[in-house]
Order: sequence, then C-alpha cells, then structure tokens
Amino acid sequence: MSVHTPHPDMPPPILNVGVLGWLRSNLFSSPLHAALSLFAIYLLYLTVPPIISWAFLEATWVGDSREACAGGEGACWVFVKVRINQFMYGFYPESQYWRINLAFGLLIVLAIPLFIKQFQHKGKLAIFILVVYPIITFQLFSGGNFGLTHVETSRWGGLSLTLILAGVGIVASLPLGIVLALGRRSKMPIVKSVCVVFIEFWRGVPLITVLFMSSVMLPLFLPEGTNFDKLLRAMIGIALFQSAYMAEVVRGGLAAIPKGQYEAAEALGLSYWKSMGLIILPQALKLVIPGIVNTFIALFKDTTLVLIIGLFDLLAIIQQAFADPDWLGYSIEGYVFAASIFWVFCFSMSRYSMALEKKLHTGHTR
Amino acid sequence: MKKIHVIASAVALTAVMSSNAFAGATLDGVKKKGFVQCGVSTGLPGFSSADEKGNWSGLDVDVCRAVAAAVFGDAGKVKYTPLTAKERFTALQSGEIDMLSRNTTWTLTRDSSLGLNFAGVNYYDGQGFMVTKKLGVKSALELDGASFCIQAGTTTELNLADYFRANDMSYTPVTFDSSDETVKAFDSGRCDALTSDQSQLYALRIKLGNPDGALVLPEVISKEPLGPVTAQGDEEWYKIVRWSLFAMLNAEELGVSSANVEQMMSSSDPNIRRLLGQEGIKGGGLGLADDWATNIIKQVGNYGEAFERNVGQGSALKIARGQNALWNKGGLQYAPPIR
Repeated sequence: MSVHTPHPDMPPPILNVGVLGWLRSNLFSSPLHAALSLFAIYLLYLTVPPIISWAFLEATWVGDSREACAGGEGACWVFVKVRINQFMYGFYPESQYWRINLAFGLLIVLAIPLFIKQFQHKGKLAIFILVVYPIITFQLFSGGNFGLTHVETSRWGGLSLTLILAGVGIVASLPLGIVLALGRRSKMPIVKSVCVVFIEFWRGVPLITVLFMSSVMLPLFLPEGTNFDKLLRAMIGIALFQSAYMAEVVRGGLAAIPKGQYEAAEALGLSYWKSMGLIILPQALKLVIPGIVNTFIALFKDTTLVLIIGLFDLLAIIQQAFADPDWLGYSIEGYVFAASIFWVFCFSMSRYSMALEKKLHTGHTR
Repeated sequence: MKKIHVIASAVALTAVMSSNAFAGATLDGVKKKGFVQCGVSTGLPGFSSADEKGNWSGLDVDVCRAVAAAVFGDAGKVKYTPLTAKERFTALQSGEIDMLSRNTTWTLTRDSSLGLNFAGVNYYDGQGFMVTKKLGVKSALELDGASFCIQAGTTTELNLADYFRANDMSYTPVTFDSSDETVKAFDSGRCDALTSDQSQLYALRIKLGNPDGALVLPEVISKEPLGPVTAQGDEEWYKIVRWSLFAMLNAEELGVSSANVEQMMSSSDPNIRRLLGQEGIKGGGLGLADDWATNIIKQVGNYGEAFERNVGQGSALKIARGQNALWNKGGLQYAPPIR
C-alpha cells in the first residue's frame, strides 16, 4: 500500500506575509488608506522628532542652578531635579520624609498579598487596609504622639497630598456610593427620598464650587477662632461629591441585574442584606468595574482643583515653583513633568481595571 | 449678580461685627500662639515665593517677618498661609490669619466695605510698558502708531485705550489669551511693546530669549498701591503692622541698615536714637518692647535693603526703584516720623 504524501504547500505570495504583507493589509489597502497613511506619517515626522530632541537629545540634565541651562535649546530638567523633593513631599520637613515613605511603603507591602492567588485571608487583609491602615497613615503624616513631631496639614503637599486626597476620595466614596445606590432603589420612602436629594444635590454642583464654599464661605459661619482644618474640609467635600457619582454608577449595575436574581434570592429566604451582599452586589459591581475605575480616574485628576483653595497638590506646588525669581520661565518643563506623573497613575489604574475585569470574567457575556 | 453682592456684603458685615467684639485680642493671641500667621500669595516672583527648601521669601513676606521681629524680636516666628486671590479676605475676616501681605491693591471699595484696614503701601505698582531696545524709544509718549501685545479682557487693555486716547495717539492691538502667549509673541517680534503691571513686566522680561534686549519705560499709567492688610476692629494690631512698615522706611531714610545698626546705637542723632528706642516714646505706644524697630532693622533690614534683595538689583528681577524710592529721592515712599 502506498502512503499518500501530500504535495508540500506553496509558500504564500511574498506580498501577503511578513512586514510587506502587514503594511499592505493595514496601511495601504486602498488608495484612500494609502493617502491617509502617508499623511499620518508626515504628521508624525513633523511632531515627533522635535519633541524628542527637545525633551531628550538637547535637554539639560545635570547641574543645580539656572546657569546650567543657559543657552541650551532643549528642556531644562534641572528645574525639576532641584525641586523634586518639594514636588513629592510639599513643604513637609525634610528630616521627616521617612514618615511619608514609610506610609506609602507600608501600603505597597500590604497590597502585595492581594495579588497572590494562594493567599487565603484576602478579605481580612482588605478590611485591614481600608480601616486600620488609614489610621496608621494619618498618625505617620500628622504625628503629635508616639514621639513623632507634629506636622500641620498646611505643610503637606506635592504628590503625597494628591495621593492622600485621591485615596481618601476613593476609599470613602465607594462604600458611601453603594449605600446611596441601595437607598435610592429602596422601597422605604424616607430613605429613598433622602438618597435621591443627596445624590441630585451633589451631582448638581460643580466640584470647584464645593471646594470654594468649604474654603471661603464655611469659615465665616463658624464661631471666631474655630479653625476647622482646610485639608479636612476639602477631603469631606471631595468624598461627598464623588460618592454621589459613585452611587449612580453602582445603581447602573443594580439595574442591569435581571429581576430573576432578586426573586431567586428572596425565594431562598435570604434577608435583604444577605441577598444584596451575597447575590446582587457581587454581580452588579463586577458589571460596573469600568465605570467605577472611570470615576476613580476622574477623581484623581479632579484633586488638582484644590489649588484654587491654596492647597499645594502636585500641580499647585509645581506652579508655585514657577514664581521663584531664580527659575522664571521654565513652566513648560514643570507642566510636562506634572502631565507625565498624572498619566502614569491614570494609565496604571485603567490597566489594573482591565486585568480585574478579565480575572472576574465568569464566561457568560451579557 | 446683585443677589450675590447682597449675600457677600451680609457675610462680610457679620464678619465685621464678630471681629469687632474681639478688639485688641490679636496681639494677645499672637503672643500666646508664639507666631504670626501671615497670609501670602501662592506664588508671585519677588513678592512671595518658596525656594526648593520651602523657605518663603519676597517683599511681601518681609513685611510679615518685620511684624514678627517687632512683636517677638525674632523674624523667624511667622507661619505662612498661601492664599489665592479669592480667599484672601475671608481668611482675614474669619481670623484664620493675623495679617495679609499679598500684593493687595488698596481701593476705596475694599477699605470701606470688606471689614479691612490697609496698613500702608509696601509697593507702588502700576501699569507700564516694555519695549525692545532696538525700537530706540525712551518714553511712552513716543509710542504713537506702535503695535501692542495685550492679554484680552483685562483692565490693562482698557487702561491702554484710555491712555492713548487721552494723549491723542494711535496703536494697533494684538490680543492673546494668556500672559505666556503674550510674552512669546513679543519675544518673536509680533509687536513693538508689551503692557502690564510694572512688577509683572520685570518678571516677564526674564522669560524673554534675550532679557537685556528689552527695556521697561519709566511711565506708569495706573495706580496700584499694594500693601499689608489687617482685619477691622483691632486698632492696636493694625498699628503694629502699620508702624513695622514705617520703621523700615524711616530706617532707610535715616541711613540705618542691618549692616550698621550696631554702630548706629551710639549715634547722637535724635531721630536715630528715637528709632532705635533709646529715647522718646520707645515701644510703649505700640505695646511692644523698646527695641522693636532695632530688631526689624537687624533681622529684616530697612526698606531699601528688602527692596533690593527681593525685587531690585540684588534679585533676578532687577526692578528699578522708580516710584518706590523715598520721597526725598524722587519717589513716593514716605513714612511719618517716629517721635
């Protein structure tokens, strides 16, 4: 019996594989595509080389004074280098920087087990991070006992302040938002109307107004001499404002769960909180992860609005540095630096959310 | 809009009335706290800015330091509250800060309806002109027909129009949205002249490609007297702030500086002896120690020193004394005598 050996396949035409094939199918598949591709390449040619040459090739990296940058054509990163500590820690006393480092280091160490699959006590650890960790961080930042010197909130600033504001906003707004969303769907008229009024009030005013009221109007109504901390006022404002947005995102998830799930939960004899906690919310929250992260990213960037009430977050402290008579005229470098930091944080948040979605994906697409 | 005004003035009035009840309390409060809480700008070159170590300096900051030197004998006993333009008066009215030294223009409206007292003028600002040296112009009156880079929608735009109409001259406006764009346009030669407040012009000049190629003309076409402010209702404190500034001016007039104050202690000039608290009323009138002015001069310097160090020849800004020279040197700075 002769064994049939098929004739070996012919290689595909050279124009359909490899670099050439990719170019042909993606960039030059029709005359219109070819024209648009060439135009886009031309635009890139116009913009990218000057940016690279400004930011890297001709930039000044070494030195510690304005003179180092004199005559240079490119960016003067010395300005950022000289002030990097201030941009990170604000006006926090230099000898106490370790406290901020410790606080953020602790967060990283605590968060690592959450990403390890085999780790058993994720729930307990998460609660520890959400409840105990903020207290530790506040003690470290503020000091005043355990032998730490007291540092007023007016000296907090820079990236660490941005992270604190965003962190407080995120940690406070998610649970508040969930409670508000459940309240808005509640059958109890008083609970429902309180939640509706709260949500619509906070969604109806711009964040900048909230901050402005908290900083400019509120002190006038307080008794003379009561000094209600400005940072605390801003934090409360941001948390309440964001929780209203979060509530609507979560409500979207609750509304998307089929009625059968609610009925099934009731049929099992579960109480309201149990049916919500075990059946509805896990599904609803999973559905709205993109929306939640979207709100977090918006919140992170919104924290820069505190600069109008004289708090020095990352952007404000960079702008403040522009006023130094020794460093006038380097605002572009400062803004580029601020933009890249914000981009890194926002991009990693969005990447994390995509990974989380993938992990929690249980197979049935809606 | 009207409604907002009513609310704002009601709020201001409440603040005035409540602060009246605490007359005389500021000095006691400051002494008890151990520092002066001073409101400054969140950043204005030469007037208040923080260096990379977080230390504040500037002409406005020096007024705060002078008050601290007068009260405590230590110019370092100040805590700074950086304030934006919008919240500065509230901070003062609500007692969050003891004094405000934040390039604030003294106007009738502010002095009369906001519950504030202006303690003096530490910098006479006003709108001026910057031209390229190539233009060969020495006075603003030679600018007939010139093109101006201006920021749209500002009062400087209106002042410029008024000035040119009053002098029967014409100009071509080239308007921009932000001050950075305006400077870039001037730098690239799109216009002959740039107009803004003088203190700003010098800061903008540093941003030019070739700062030495530009010249700030001597004319000033508007009045912007900037000075420290205290809350109304505490005359005692108001006078301390006011005379701290006057002490700096008097010291310059009498030739007493931080460098020679020790030698001056043995001067026989009665004016100097009164300034340094060796005879006359000394510190008693203000409720301060007798060496209050001596401490200001030792630690902060006289007005001329503070000016040159922060905005004048000793700084990057290199602002000319101009209107801020002493009255006997052709300027406007004049302080009542200490006697």
